[in-house]
Amino acid sequence: MDPTTPITLATLDASPLDALDRLESEAVHIFREVAGEFDRPVILFSGGKDSTVLLHLAVKAFWPAPVPFPLLHVDTGHNLAEVIEFRDHTVERYGLRLVVASVQDFIDDGRLDERPDGTRNPLQTVPLLDSITSNKFDAVFGGGRRDEERARAKERIFSLRNAFGQWDPRRQRPELWNLYNGRHRAGEHVRVFPLSNWTELDVWRYIQRERIELPSIYFAHRREVFQRDGMWLTAGPWFGPRSDEPVQELTIRYRTVGDGSCTGAVLSEASDLDQVIAEVSASRLTERGATRADDRLSEAAMEDRKREGYF
Amino acid sequence: MGSSTRLDLLRLATAGSVDDGKSTLVGRLLYDTKSVLADTLDAVHRASVDKGLSTPDLSLLVDGLRSEREQGITIDVAYRYFATPNRSFVLADTPGHVQYTRNTVTGASTAQLAVLLVDARKGVLEQTRRHAAVLALLGVPRLVLAVNKIDLIDYDESTFEVIAKEFVDHATALGYPIGSVLSIPVSALVGDNVVDRSAHTPWYVGPTLLEHLETVPVEPDPHDAPFRFPVQYVIRTNTAEFTDYRGYAGQVAAGTVRPGDEVVVLPAGLRTTVERIDTPAGGLPEAEAGRSVTLVLADEIDISRGDLIAAAAGAPAAVDEFDATVAWLADKPLRPGARVLVKHGARTVQAIVGELSSRFDEQKLTSVPDPDSLGLNDIGRVRVRTAEPLPVDDYAVNRRTGAFLVIDAGDGSTLAAGLVGAGLQVLETDRGGTGGAQAPTGTPDLVSPGP
Repeated sequence: MDPTTPITLATLDASPLDALDRLESEAVHIFREVAGEFDRPVILFSGGKDSTVLLHLAVKAFWPAPVPFPLLHVDTGHNLAEVIEFRDHTVERYGLRLVVASVQDFIDDGRLDERPDGTRNPLQTVPLLDSITSNKFDAVFGGGRRDEERARAKERIFSLRNAFGQWDPRRQRPELWNLYNGRHRAGEHVRVFPLSNWTELDVWRYIQRERIELPSIYFAHRREVFQRDGMWLTAGPWFGPRSDEPVQELTIRYRTVGDGSCTGAVLSEASDLDQVIAEVSASRLTERGATRADDRLSEAAMEDRKREGYF
Repeated sequence: MGSSTRLDLLRLATAGSVDDGKSTLVGRLLYDTKSVLADTLDAVHRASVDKGLSTPDLSLLVDGLRSEREQGITIDVAYRYFATPNRSFVLADTPGHVQYTRNTVTGASTAQLAVLLVDARKGVLEQTRRHAAVLALLGVPRLVLAVNKIDLIDYDESTFEVIAKEFVDHATALGYPIGSVLSIPVSALVGDNVVDRSAHTPWYVGPTLLEHLETVPVEPDPHDAPFRFPVQYVIRTNTAEFTDYRGYAGQVAAGTVRPGDEVVVLPAGLRTTVERIDTPAGGLPEAEAGRSVTLVLADEIDISRGDLIAAAAGAPAAVDEFDATVAWLADKPLRPGARVLVKHGARTVQAIVGELSSRFDEQKLTSVPDPDSLGLNDIGRVRVRTAEPLPVDDYAVNRRTGAFLVIDAGDGSTLAAGLVGAGLQVLETDRGGTGGAQAPTGTPDLVSPGP
């Protein structure tokens, strides 16, 4: 949706709410609750499809006024150029403020150490928490979905974090009806997941229905890639290839956007939304399983990272 | 809109007693609808082999937390998603044994249908009856009784019939109309009648569990009820295009609104009419329950977050004292005179829980008058006094505007689920036939349709 579109005087047809309408309405409701109850919310925005949908919903929730929150990008420094370009273009288009928490800065001044494997997704937690504390953010919107992973399946839409950003799965608040409890003490904050009840396919169908623009890497294109741990990684300045990893030019697309050193592309010919939706519908692998090395590390990898304050 | 087909959304909850095999049933539903993808399944196969099992343990698909897998139990409500070509499902999987009230109330609060499990060898247990009572109290409009482990009683029809009849009688007594309850013989472990029809139960002619979930009418939100709209946020902007724009953002909680409708703003009681229903895609001719919209009103009156815009005809009274049923969800007990916060719609106010008039006795399925306190998982009848008036509806009439949260003013934790009115007699209807139980205090409240 273009925020500059003038108000249409034509009225729309009234039709009963379908599944996507209900998911949209729920997400809009959540955005408005947070705007009403918190002082300093922020939207995590990576330029990936989930956070782009999140931002689109926020724009709808407050239209015709601008979104009353800034955006926060936890930047691993291992980005695909197309994604950063898209991020900046989107921020400008909606006239929003972008806060960048840079993993590279933390490595440069010694607050974080590069991991031996060069993977930076796990390093995002410290800059994220630091940015939340220093900006006094009290509500942090994330694009997490419960269908992504089984530890996420138990997370609330309003997920309370202590002063250390930690998630305690055994002490979650019961979440009743659509009455969200955002109460928190000074220093605590709440992670808010408006897309909790969406599936990957819902996200794609919604992108299609709303004609939401995405970074080009989500669609099939030719790219120089190499294979590591069964995943296709982009040959780039930060993460390889090593000498034993031959580079090939293949037709691929990305299913998720993440740190380039551990987010893989999939071989795909799906070059438009219809084809992507067909591919996602037929896929026999979860998007994280297919493309995220860090989630493969252990049975409870996500649970452990969430306990430490990860997204 | 492209080629995408319209899908319904059904929200359902599951509940069952210990070892009824609920995680296995949910795992089976996901597995047989191909909602589990190969990498997840590989992980389950590996973990099953590690546990020395010869077939995959489908419960591992749903026990998400490490402590759950280690202890072999489900601790917390988990949400699961699956879809068929016509319908998407949001499933709240509620554990049956640990903190059953807390979890069942959470899962049931938004459910349009609940699946209750019993073990065919054990039949309807006391806990099954309590679960059904809590589901009735929370207004879940439809129930399915999954009589599980039917393979372990050699697919015996007469045993199934006895269990089904006992349960349907109980549900009817709780206020469930005929046709809103269905019993299905299943084996989650083997897969009988979950997704695929079983060859072992030729005597069962009803739908499989999935067929039923796919075809059961999705109860509409109450469209024809009086209009209710809690104001969440005031949208203001002043641009060349939108001069002094002032719109009231919220989700229609009940009824339908159209431009020109006369409305009243509560608690102040000021009247005006609806000028427009705004969405970014254009104005709507009407907005029904469940839709998030922005209302522009004809007159400039002072409205802020927490106010309720309601149909001028059939508006609720704003009251500062009301009877309610609370399901107590915190370790810290409720004592008479407790000072708390109450969140109703988009408004949070200070409140005092006055007298505790009765507590539901889970064991006897009766109520105990004048309890000293309510503890974790207790359900009781209380009197609530609020610092500011609230425009409440009876929960039995409206699940949205009849519901409230009780919040600890100190640490912000959620203490209880509150239901305005919602007589405990719903829970007392079935009293298990034990002597000495007191007589019912009234007729069962009817449960309202829709989430």
